[in-house]
Amino acid sequence: MIQSQATTLRVNHMGNESFSARLNSGETTILPLKTDEDVVRLRKQVRDDLVALGFSLIEQTKMVTAASELARNTLRYGGGGEAHVCRRYESDRTGIELSFIDQGPGIENLELAMTDGYTSGGGLGLGLSGAKRLADEFQIDTEPGKGTTVKIAKWKFC
Amino acid sequence: MSSIKSTQLAAVISQFQEQLLEGWLAGLASRLRRDKNATADFHHQAAQFLPLLAKTLEQTTSTNIEDAGWSDVRQVLTEISQARVRQGYTPIETASFVFSLKEPIFEYLRKALVDFPQQATDEIATASTLFDNLGLYTIEVYQKTREQIIMRQQQELLELSTPVVQLWQNVLALPLIGTLDSARTQVVMESLLQKIVDTGALIAIIDITGVPTVDTLVAQHLLKTIAAARLMGADCIISGIRPQIAQTIVHLGVNLEDVITKATLADAFIVALQRTGLTVNTTRSER
Amino acid sequence: MERIPILRMGRLLLVTIQVDMHDRLAMALQEDLTTRIVKDRANGVLIDISALDIVDSFIGRMISDTAAMAKILDAKTVLVGMQPAVAITLVELGLTLEGVSTALNVELGIKMLEQPG
Repeated sequence: MIQSQATTLRVNHMGNESFSARLNSGETTILPLKTDEDVVRLRKQVRDDLVALGFSLIEQTKMVTAASELARNTLRYGGGGEAHVCRRYESDRTGIELSFIDQGPGIENLELAMTDGYTSGGGLGLGLSGAKRLADEFQIDTEPGKGTTVKIAKWKFC
Repeated sequence: MSSIKSTQLAAVISQFQEQLLEGWLAGLASRLRRDKNATADFHHQAAQFLPLLAKTLEQTTSTNIEDAGWSDVRQVLTEISQARVRQGYTPIETASFVFSLKEPIFEYLRKALVDFPQQATDEIATASTLFDNLGLYTIEVYQKTREQIIMRQQQELLELSTPVVQLWQNVLALPLIGTLDSARTQVVMESLLQKIVDTGALIAIIDITGVPTVDTLVAQHLLKTIAAARLMGADCIISGIRPQIAQTIVHLGVNLEDVITKATLADAFIVALQRTGLTVNTTRSER
Repeated sequence: MERIPILRMGRLLLVTIQVDMHDRLAMALQEDLTTRIVKDRANGVLIDISALDIVDSFIGRMISDTAAMAKILDAKTVLVGMQPAVAITLVELGLTLEGVSTALNVELGIKMLEQPG
């Protein structure tokens, strides 16, 4: 049985230097989304990062649930892809950014897909709009034939 | 950043520690309120700080106080600043601890370098910058400490003002008092749901007699909480809705169709008992 | 693939979900439950999710579908032990779990299933 490996990249972004010289930085983990088990692994990774960043239980639950919805979308409708889980440290806040990337068929009618109840394949179709409500930030880039990238983020002020 | 000719500043401090201490404490006394305990504290802190400062200057050539070499000094200043916050001093009084040391030091630096006026000027300038940074550091710590205390007090206030009470087996009551804002409502609701799980309560009465106004956001939170409680297997009754709130709710278009509402907590309690299969009877007492 | 164990207590079936299920495992559970309802002539199903800290729309859908299937097979379903954070998130997601009765814990759940009607 082939084990999927998670690759951890330490990517340091140089941001604006604040007065006390703290830098904006992030740590990214890249996880494949090719099997059902990958979705479970992703949930665990996101949960671990949220705990480490000090988010409350409710915030953790919301974000992991959102991640699960989006990961499943990538797997089922995007033909598989990958997730980028990034811890972000800024001078007045810390947070997590998740990106779900696939090279699948893309979404034809984005407006329709964002409304509750829309489905093309038997799920509840609440994935996108639900995830948007659960996260602080939501962004989607999609083009028919070119794939889809969905980004969500949650922040905590320190 | 220029490096210090550590021989002079460090040496001056080591050599004239007693005199510097005297001059320093005199300066502090004139700037800060005087009482016996405070004076003793300052003496202790100053006596602790001076040799540490001398040692640090001997060991490091950097004047950047954020560097590792200055961590012990920062530690001591942090403790002192935190104490000042607790004792009720102002930020300026706190910074005076460091700033009051400048005069005595400059005096002795000038004396030590009386034959080298250029070097004297340079060293005094460097020392001045160093003390300015240290003083600003104490202010920064002061501010942060104040913020933390305020946040903690807010948290405690929140917890104190939203108790969940068990009225009967399976029946909880949450009497809300005061204006509800979005953040407070969320915290309160989360703790209510947790209490429902902990006690296995079937009904929770949310009494808002003590709440003067409700806005859309708060109303939404209330409705979401009730929906969550139902998903979990319990139910909620809202009691104590004032006429103004009833008006607001209808004007805002909030849908309370699914929710049981009662005018008073007492009425809600009777309903709750009935729902859990109980009734209240009067027993006739023989006199 | 391991499957989630289903216990029988009289005419009730009890399932305790203790792992973070992947989708295939969830579907297998649904299949197993409906099979067992018929095989054991069960009239009640109790699903305990007190150990689940995440319930997303897929699992939610699995649970309501299972309850609907059970109903067709003349069995009642009760979901117990939902954690507050999960409940709040489901409300936010807009999932109502139509057709699924819920109780706070196993004891209350069994009481609910033993009531007639």
